[in-house]
Amino acid sequence: MIRVVLPYHLRKLARVEGPVAIEVEGPVTIRAALDALEARYPVLKGTIRDHGTHRRRPFIRFFACHEDLSLEPGDTPLPQQIASGEEPFLIVGAMAGG
Amino acid sequence: MSQVRLLVGTKKGAFILTSDGKRKKWDVSGPHFAGWEMYHVTGSPADPSRLYASQTSGWFGQVMQRSNDGGKTWEPVGNEFKYDGTPGTHKWYDGTQHPWEFKRVWHLEPSLTDPDTVYAGAEDAALFRSADGGKTWQELPALRNAKGHLWQPGAGGMGLHTIILDPTRPGRIVIAISAAGVFRTDDGGQSWQPANRGLKSRYELPDPDAEVGHCVHRIAMHPSRPDTLYMQKHWDVMRSEDSAQSWTEVSGNLPTDFGFPIQVHAHEPETIYVVPIKSDSEHFPLDGQLRVYRSRSGGNEWQALTKGLPQKDCYVNVLREAMSADRLDPCGIYFGTTGGQVYGSANNGDTWEAIVHDLPAVLSVEAQTLESSSSSSSKTSLKPRKKSEKSKKTSGKKKNRRSKK
Repeated sequence: MIRVVLPYHLRKLARVEGPVAIEVEGPVTIRAALDALEARYPVLKGTIRDHGTHRRRPFIRFFACHEDLSLEPGDTPLPQQIASGEEPFLIVGAMAGG
Repeated sequence: MSQVRLLVGTKKGAFILTSDGKRKKWDVSGPHFAGWEMYHVTGSPADPSRLYASQTSGWFGQVMQRSNDGGKTWEPVGNEFKYDGTPGTHKWYDGTQHPWEFKRVWHLEPSLTDPDTVYAGAEDAALFRSADGGKTWQELPALRNAKGHLWQPGAGGMGLHTIILDPTRPGRIVIAISAAGVFRTDDGGQSWQPANRGLKSRYELPDPDAEVGHCVHRIAMHPSRPDTLYMQKHWDVMRSEDSAQSWTEVSGNLPTDFGFPIQVHAHEPETIYVVPIKSDSEHFPLDGQLRVYRSRSGGNEWQALTKGLPQKDCYVNVLREAMSADRLDPCGIYFGTTGGQVYGSANNGDTWEAIVHDLPAVLSVEAQTLESSSSSSSKTSLKPRKKSEKSKKTSGKKKNRRSKK
C-alpha cells in the first residue's frame, strides 16, 4: 500500500481528502503507481499524463523523498520508503509563477 | 411562470444565475469547478436539465462534466478526445507543418432532439461527437480533408468554436474554426466543403479571397430561417442567405466592425446584436464606451444600445461565446465581459443592468428559458413570435469605418 498526495484540484475531482492509499501490484515504479492510481480513480485519467502516450503532462511534477523524479523513466522504482507507505508519493502542480 | 437560467463559464469556474420571468432579481450559484477555466457550459434543447461543461486547465488538461439536474450536481464524463487515425499536420505559425495535438474543448453543441448526443469543438480544430451523454467521444475526421493542411492557428489557438445544427436538415452542420474559416457538411459529417466565398481578409491573408484561412469569430442562426447566417469575422460583420455558400458584408454604419460575439433575437430573425471592439490590436470598446449594436434589418443599419452600460473608462472585451438570448417576450439579451460583469437586458437590448459585477473573466454565457409546466426549453424558439419577415435589407451608409478599409 502506498500513499499518494494529489494536488488540490485533482483531490476535488476525485472527491477525496488528504492522501489516498493505493495498492500497487508488483514492483512499485512510477508507472505502476500511476496505473494503480488511475485504476482506483478513473476520473484522473488524462489529468496527470496523456491518455494515449502516457507522457507526463508538462506542468505536473513527481516528488518522492525530497527528490524530483519528474524526468525519470516510468519504470524507475520509487524509493523503499514510498513503496512501504512510510513516505507519500507527491503529485504536484508546478508553480505558476507570478 | 417561466424562469431564465444563465450558464456562465469563466476563467476561474462556472456560475449559474437564475431568475423568474421578470428578470429583475437573480440568484447566483457557484463557483462550480472553482479555479478551472470553464470554456463553455450549455444545456440540451431536448432536456434543459441536461447540462454539459468543458472544464480545462493548463496543468490538468481537459475534463468534461455533465449534470442531469440543471446544474445542482455534476459528474465527470469522458475526457478522451482521440483524433481518428493519424491526423497528419496543419500549418504552424512559421509556415511549417505541425502535428495535430488536442488541447481543449472550446464549444459544446447538444443535439436538438437527443439529450445524450452532443458535439464538441476542439483545439486543435476538430469536431467530436458523443452519443452516450459524453462518456465517449468520436471524431468526425472528414473535416480535416477540407484542406486541413492549410489551416493555421491564430494567436489564440486553432479552435473549432461554432457548431450550427440545421433544425430542418438533420445532416447539415455548419462549423467555424479560428483561423481556418467556415465549413459545411450536408451528410452528417462524412464530407465537408469550405464555405468562405465572399469573406475578405485583406490584412490577415496574402490572398484576401482565400478558400480557407479566414479568422471567423462567431456565427449565429435563427432556427426559423436556417439558411440565413450572421457572422462576426475578425473584421467585418457578414451575412449569408444560402447556408454559408456565399457571404456579403453587412457592417454598414458600425463604428468599427471588429468584434467577437454575434447573437440573433429569439423572435425576430432579422434582429441581431454585436459588440464592436476597437481593433485587432486593442481589444476593448471604442472610446471606453461599452455599446451593444442592434440591427433590426439583418445588418447594415445599426443602432447603439447604451442605456445602463458604462459610457466612460470601460476597457473590457466580450468574447465570442459570451453572448446569448432567452426566448421570453420581450426577448432577454445577455453578455459577459472579461472584467467579470454579466449584463442583461429584459427588453430586447433597450436597457441594460449588470446582473453580477465581479466574476472572473467571462468566457461564455448561455441562456436557458425554462417553462414552469414542462421541461421543454431551448436557446431560441423555432418560430418567430413577432413577424419581421418583411424587414428590408438596406445598404446603409458606412460611416466612421476603420481607416484601413
